[in-house]
Amino acid sequence: MEVLTAIVVGGLFGAGIYLLLSRSPARLIIGLVLLSNAINLLIFVAAGLVRGKPPLIPTGALRAVEATADPLPQALILTAIVISFGVLAFALVLFSRTFKSTAATSLDEMKTTDT
Amino acid sequence: MKLLLILPILIPLATAAVCLLFWRQRAVQRLISTLGSAAHLAAALVLLWTVRQDGIFATQLGNWPAPFGITLVADLFSAIMTVLGALMGFAVGVYSLGSMDRDRESFGYYSFFHFLLMGVSGVFLTGDLFNLYVWFEVMLMASFVLLALGGEKPQLEGAIKYVALNLISSALFLTALGILYGMAGTLNMADLSRQISTEIHTGVVSTLAMLFLVAFGIKSALFPLFFWLPASYHTPPVSVSAIFAGLLTKVGVYTLIRVFSLLFRQDVAYTHTLILVIAGLTMVTGVLGAMAQNEFRRILSFHIISQVGYMVMGLGLFTPLALAGSIFYIMHHIIVKTNLFLVSGVARRLQGSYQLDQLGGLSQSAPGLTILFMISAFSLAGMPPLSGFWAKLILVKASLDITGYLIAATALGVGLLTLFSMVKIWAAAFWGEPPPAAEAARAKLTPTKKLALYLPMIMLGLLTVTIGLMSQPFFELATSAAGQLLNPADYIQAVLKGIK
Repeated sequence: MEVLTAIVVGGLFGAGIYLLLSRSPARLIIGLVLLSNAINLLIFVAAGLVRGKPPLIPTGALRAVEATADPLPQALILTAIVISFGVLAFALVLFSRTFKSTAATSLDEMKTTDT
Repeated sequence: MKLLLILPILIPLATAAVCLLFWRQRAVQRLISTLGSAAHLAAALVLLWTVRQDGIFATQLGNWPAPFGITLVADLFSAIMTVLGALMGFAVGVYSLGSMDRDRESFGYYSFFHFLLMGVSGVFLTGDLFNLYVWFEVMLMASFVLLALGGEKPQLEGAIKYVALNLISSALFLTALGILYGMAGTLNMADLSRQISTEIHTGVVSTLAMLFLVAFGIKSALFPLFFWLPASYHTPPVSVSAIFAGLLTKVGVYTLIRVFSLLFRQDVAYTHTLILVIAGLTMVTGVLGAMAQNEFRRILSFHIISQVGYMVMGLGLFTPLALAGSIFYIMHHIIVKTNLFLVSGVARRLQGSYQLDQLGGLSQSAPGLTILFMISAFSLAGMPPLSGFWAKLILVKASLDITGYLIAATALGVGLLTLFSMVKIWAAAFWGEPPPAAEAARAKLTPTKKLALYLPMIMLGLLTVTIGLMSQPFFELATSAAGQLLNPADYIQAVLKGIK
């Protein structure tokens, strides 16, 4: 399971970076989306996958009897998802506004502020 | 005690929220923003004073003990940075009263300004790496909006580059966080520091260190990751440029210093030498880029890059004196650089342009502004007895102490080239005859606007002179902050309180 997830993470990273390198603004955004999904999966798999063992402590015991799934990575991922959702929503609006005011379909056409 | 750590985050949040409630009521927002930034500054100063008296102290949010809960912790370095952040917030906040246009004020400029300050304070005070990521995002989100607010074409183009590259940097940071958590099982910085030094293989740690270096290197505009900065910093209104120039890259430098002094210190010969090489290249490319420019704010933007090189150079040398030099440099630089941007804004207001060939003769029409520019510009170039001279002196001394002749020579050479750029601005904008077009564009400043514009510049100018003439107390502060950074045991003790 971990190997499979790791391969998926690698594939998503590769696809995300490939899209980031292209000149189209739309592809850039999709690349960022893929990248943020890849990272969320990476956090999940890096922290170790445990199936069907919720982190619950039996009544009366002070600690869990056997190894359970770590709840923290899920909390981290949830936070990261919310943040990337907000940031990407902003980026989409920014790109569409920019398209309306410059009509540029390629990032190469946006060089007026460069040095 | 506990409240002191939370106030520098809480006050900007409250200010921003109340400003949102008074949407489109500009007068009320202006009043609240000024009061809020003054309170923020006061809280930060009390925090610094307390840390100076009682040493490092930490608090656990929600009373969950470290390393399980989120820790807020202030050592001297954090406290100094918090004060600088609040000071710039106050100065630029007051300046905005005179420089910001009606539309942007109505559409939430002050709210996002204080959200930005909240994010900056959060980065400085947190003791948890994931929390650091969250504060980074708060800060970035606010900066995205401030950069694009107004929606002029150059602003939008600049914002695209800024947003895209900063999102990639955040992505790398989060990747490194995920792997680090998988290895260590904790993200509390004190706990990580303890674990990395004892338990984890250096190979993986060095890989992670490089991921962090690239992520924070993009944020602090290191060579060769700085291209977003000169493409975007000159596009928004000047008060936004000024707060960005003063604080944002320095937040990146702060995290670099924090991470590479607390966490990644077991392979100094490799990591810190690499940082030193990058620092040298950053200084040189930044200053060369500035020489090719002919626009006031673009020249200043490139100088931010070259100055970041100096701050990182102290980290690369990694001796007590060098780190003290870095911290002293940050103190000096934030004040001076913000002030230079504020000066450029007034010059533009008086003569209608940022282009050097459309400026001229400011020394006759605005002698006060000329003196303020002179203080900041010559301090930036490192002329004695101003603050920049001492900052450069400490760093050069530190590199000569460990026979780093090449980096010392680079630092001195770059200082000379900085002087060249400043003299170029001086000759084009302040000397000579005002160009004919300037007469028509010249705007008269009302006395209240003049007060709002000049008061912060005078305050920062006086501070520059004070740091220059009475550098001893500031240097001592930087030295003790550097001492704390080099002895993570105290930091770990303050956060974990002996928990095994």
